Amino acid sequence: MSAPQGGPLPGPGEPGSEAPGGKRRPHGMLKLYYGLPDPAGEARGGLAPGGDPGGPTDINGAHFDPEVFLTKLRKECSLTQLMDCETDMVKQIRALDSDMQTLVYENYNKFISATDTIRKMKNDFKKMEDEMDCLAANMSVITEFSACISSTLQDQHEQITKLSGVHTLLRKLQFLFELPARLTKCVELEAYGQAVRYYSKARSILHQYQHMPSFQGIQDDCQKIMANLAQKLREKFRDGGSGAKDLAECVELLLQLDEPAEELCDEFLSHARCRLEAELEALEAELGKPCGAPVTDILEFIDRGCNIFVSNMCLVIASYQELFVSREGVQGITRMAQDKLVAFVNSLMETYFSLVERRIQLEKGVGDNSLLVRALDRFHRRLQALAKLLPASNVAAEGTEIVVRAAKERIRQYLLALQSFYQDCLTDVRQSLAAPRLAGKESPNLAELLGTISASVLNQIKSVLTYVHLFTAKDITFSNKPYFKGEFCSQGVREGLIVGFIKSICQTARQFCETTGDKGGSTPPALLLLLSRLCLDYETSTISYILTLTDEQFLVQDHSPITPVTSLCAEAREAAQRLLNHYVKVQGLIISQMLRKSVETRDWVNTIEPRNVRAVMKRVVEDTTSIDVQVGLLYEEGVRKAQSSDSSKRTFSVYSSSRQQSRYAPSYTPSAPLDTNLLSNIQKLFSERIDIFSPVEFNKVSVLTGIIKISLKTFLECVRLRTFGRYGLQQIQVDCYYLQLYLWRFVCDENLVHFLLDEIVGSTAHRCPDPVPMEQSVIEVICERG
Amino acid sequence: MEDDAPVIYGLEFQARALTPQIAETDAIRFLIGTQSLKYDNQIHIIDFDDENNIINKNVLIHQVGEIWHISASPADKGVLATCYNKTSDSKVMTCAAVWRMPKELESGSHESPDDSSSNTQTLELLCHLDNTAHGNMACVIWEPMGDGKKLISLADNHLLLWDLQESSSNAVLSNSAALEGKGQLKFTSGRWSPHHNCTQVTTANDTAIRGWDTRSMRQIYYIENAHGQLVRDLDFNPNKQYYLASCGDDCKVKFWDTRNVTEPVKTLEEHSHWVWNVRYNHSHDQLVLSGSSDSRIILSNMVSISSEPFGHLVDDDDLSDQEDHHQEEKTKEPLQDSIIATYEEHEDSVYAVEWSSADPWLFASLSYDGRLVINRVPRALKYHILL
Repeated sequence: MSAPQGGPLPGPGEPGSEAPGGKRRPHGMLKLYYGLPDPAGEARGGLAPGGDPGGPTDINGAHFDPEVFLTKLRKECSLTQLMDCETDMVKQIRALDSDMQTLVYENYNKFISATDTIRKMKNDFKKMEDEMDCLAANMSVITEFSACISSTLQDQHEQITKLSGVHTLLRKLQFLFELPARLTKCVELEAYGQAVRYYSKARSILHQYQHMPSFQGIQDDCQKIMANLAQKLREKFRDGGSGAKDLAECVELLLQLDEPAEELCDEFLSHARCRLEAELEALEAELGKPCGAPVTDILEFIDRGCNIFVSNMCLVIASYQELFVSREGVQGITRMAQDKLVAFVNSLMETYFSLVERRIQLEKGVGDNSLLVRALDRFHRRLQALAKLLPASNVAAEGTEIVVRAAKERIRQYLLALQSFYQDCLTDVRQSLAAPRLAGKESPNLAELLGTISASVLNQIKSVLTYVHLFTAKDITFSNKPYFKGEFCSQGVREGLIVGFIKSICQTARQFCETTGDKGGSTPPALLLLLSRLCLDYETSTISYILTLTDEQFLVQDHSPITPVTSLCAEAREAAQRLLNHYVKVQGLIISQMLRKSVETRDWVNTIEPRNVRAVMKRVVEDTTSIDVQVGLLYEEGVRKAQSSDSSKRTFSVYSSSRQQSRYAPSYTPSAPLDTNLLSNIQKLFSERIDIFSPVEFNKVSVLTGIIKISLKTFLECVRLRTFGRYGLQQIQVDCYYLQLYLWRFVCDENLVHFLLDEIVGSTAHRCPDPVPMEQSVIEVICERG
Repeated sequence: MEDDAPVIYGLEFQARALTPQIAETDAIRFLIGTQSLKYDNQIHIIDFDDENNIINKNVLIHQVGEIWHISASPADKGVLATCYNKTSDSKVMTCAAVWRMPKELESGSHESPDDSSSNTQTLELLCHLDNTAHGNMACVIWEPMGDGKKLISLADNHLLLWDLQESSSNAVLSNSAALEGKGQLKFTSGRWSPHHNCTQVTTANDTAIRGWDTRSMRQIYYIENAHGQLVRDLDFNPNKQYYLASCGDDCKVKFWDTRNVTEPVKTLEEHSHWVWNVRYNHSHDQLVLSGSSDSRIILSNMVSISSEPFGHLVDDDDLSDQEDHHQEEKTKEPLQDSIIATYEEHEDSVYAVEWSSADPWLFASLSYDGRLVINRVPRALKYHILL
């Protein structure tokens, strides 16, 4: 660290050399000189006994005062310290002395050699100066000579330039004169390119000097030849057989010959049109007869269309664009040529599209449509290529439009197919219901039929969904079109197909209720019951299942309004309700008719004493039982009101009650007629009003209650229109007791049956001039006898 | 606004037959025929005092049998016809006769403060409609606009046209037609059209409705399966010819245009049991009444097929300023058909409803238990129609 630097020479008067801190770095001294803080120096200064940096006691400072320093030292330090300080200082002074000596010695040599060098240089420069003077003199001599020579050669040079000009002109003229011959030769040799090149070189000159007769002649000759040439080129162009390269050359040359580009374009296009139209005709032939089956399947058809027509179209477009459009010519031509091309492509594609659409319309099969989708995909894909070639045309949009239309049409067809499938199912059910029952064989099980029909309909829906799903498969090019992402899924499949189908099911159900409302209709009641259960099942689970399935398969990104599940369910429920109501009505009517006939056709005044329950009542009970079984297959039992433990044995209390007394024997009391009314009215006050044809609930008991209500009310009304003899009344009593015996178990509230039967018997008694009721015990005996 | 409460009147006997006294156009008066097999049957003449909401009654004894149908002469207040059951030797036969009530009861002003039983009066028989050859009489219909000399009666499958002669003391069968076909065909009800110079009658049998020309007694139209089940009653629109209402056991009321009978013009399905009666209001034919064995009466407002489909049209003279014109346009919008009211005062089957011939806003209904209820059209509707 203390090695003395060889470079700078420290001045002998520098304070650093006497520094008490020992050897100091020259940098430190320099820094000090420039006023920069030197941490090392300060540190060392701090160590010094003087302390006070920069003050008169700082041995390294600029303002060092030895007197002050010494006084301070003597005042502050002990003897030993002073001794140490003294030895230290001596040591430092010695070191500084030796350093100075070394530096002086080293630098001395360098001074000496530098002086030598400077002296040498001085000598050399003097020599150089002399030589330079000599050179300047020579140069001035040379300049003089050169000027002299050029002045003498001036005239000759001008002559030579002139001569050479004449020479080139003559060569040009010669070229011109030889041009016709050359051109002819070129034409003979079929070197058309060469000929055109020659001609185009000369053309402007000839044009410029055409007022001179000789040039005129040449020009005429040339033009003739070139016209001939152009003719030949055109023939070649028209011929078309030559390859694309030749063709391009032809066009190139013709354009160079200033042939009108428009004409060329037209010619080219019309030529292409001939070929393409021929291909279209071939395609059309494949469509087959207007109403006959197509010759080939759709994929093959589209394939052929793509491979032949579309690819040729692409070729035409490509070569046309190369020839006319992409050439770096005048902007006008490019523009015009482009327009022509677009018109050309559009018109031909239109024909092609109409063919494709006709073919697609022939596609009516409602099974697997993978073929169709693949065909459409191919069709669409190829159009993309074409559209890329010619972005100005609208083929891509129109192609997509066609695909969209095809998809819509497909959905429509599937909806129709689903509907007809459903109708077929219904027909099957009808047939199996109507099939003559073989002896020993159970009648068709409604539950099984229901299972079959709902499973097969569901399967059909699923398979249709799968078919339709093909349209949105990832590998199909058009599936990422906005239509297929949004509207197709929501409006098409969900709304158009699935919701439409569900609605049509409900619609069909409603039709069953309306069209067959009169005269019983031809619909078997069992079918009504079955459909009602079907609709109810749809309401509870199937609809939401189908819709969830649909929504899962077709992730709807569209935000157009869709029919909510709840409204569909409500519709299905309503249909189920109507069907069930209608079923009740129809069945009630059938029983009503039996009862009405039995009341209307009998002479009740002159009837004999009852011995038996009338057969019609047994029939009513039988029918009710079989309806009960039928409904039980599809609907749950339902809730009954609590009933007495022994309902069947209920003794028809009305007959023995005091009220009944007044009813049947009004003559016993003077105010009888009034009382009768009063009592029956009082009784009615306590019973609820009964709605006869009222909606039923979805359970067996409610259905049966509805049917029985309708039947008994009819019975009542019919009874009121007749007049009864004594035995007539008794017969009705027997019949009613029998009905009561068997019907209570079917209804939700047995009181209802009792009430209606009471009414019947009461009304009968009223319609009887001689009301003598039968003994209850006798009635029971008759009824139990069967 | 508050509507008046219905007025209820109870008969001692069961009853099915009700008619307004048609020839009376000032007082509100109805005739009721009772059904009793054991006692003498009665005809109650019900006078309703609209101002005081009071019913006055007079009772006439109808001794020949229980009354199934009653109809009043359109020309003579005192003349009426009944169909009644005559039981003789364990044989029940329904006959028809024309009667005259005592002169003092004709105008009903007669007060009977005493107990009715003490001073009951009897009817004077004018003539029998002899039906021995034709079977049971279902109903008797008077020529609606005539002089009360022409009657039609329906007897089993016969349509009989009678002329009353010698001041109604003699009924001469002037023409007849019979329904031919398999099975026992039976007319259930009939109605005489007030249009076409009263030359058309329509009848119902089973589920079919037939129209007849009374001059030739030929069938002029035929509505097969007009109702799913038995047709119970018919009525003609009094203001709109060709329009006909029918009702039946399928719980429906249907409206027909007799020129095109393939489809009903309109169908109402509001009742929950057989509809026994349907009646057009005489003045405002959008008001239709129907009575049913579900014990209800339903008043419907069938504006769309009425003769005033755009409401009451105001004369242009009355309208001077713009505002009125605007209002007129508003009222001209077709109104909606609707159910105005369901009346539930009855507790048994209602077999008859009739509008009063004097007050177009009032009607009576009769249920089997002998309860007569007089009701009014709700006031709000009344003013809506009138204003």
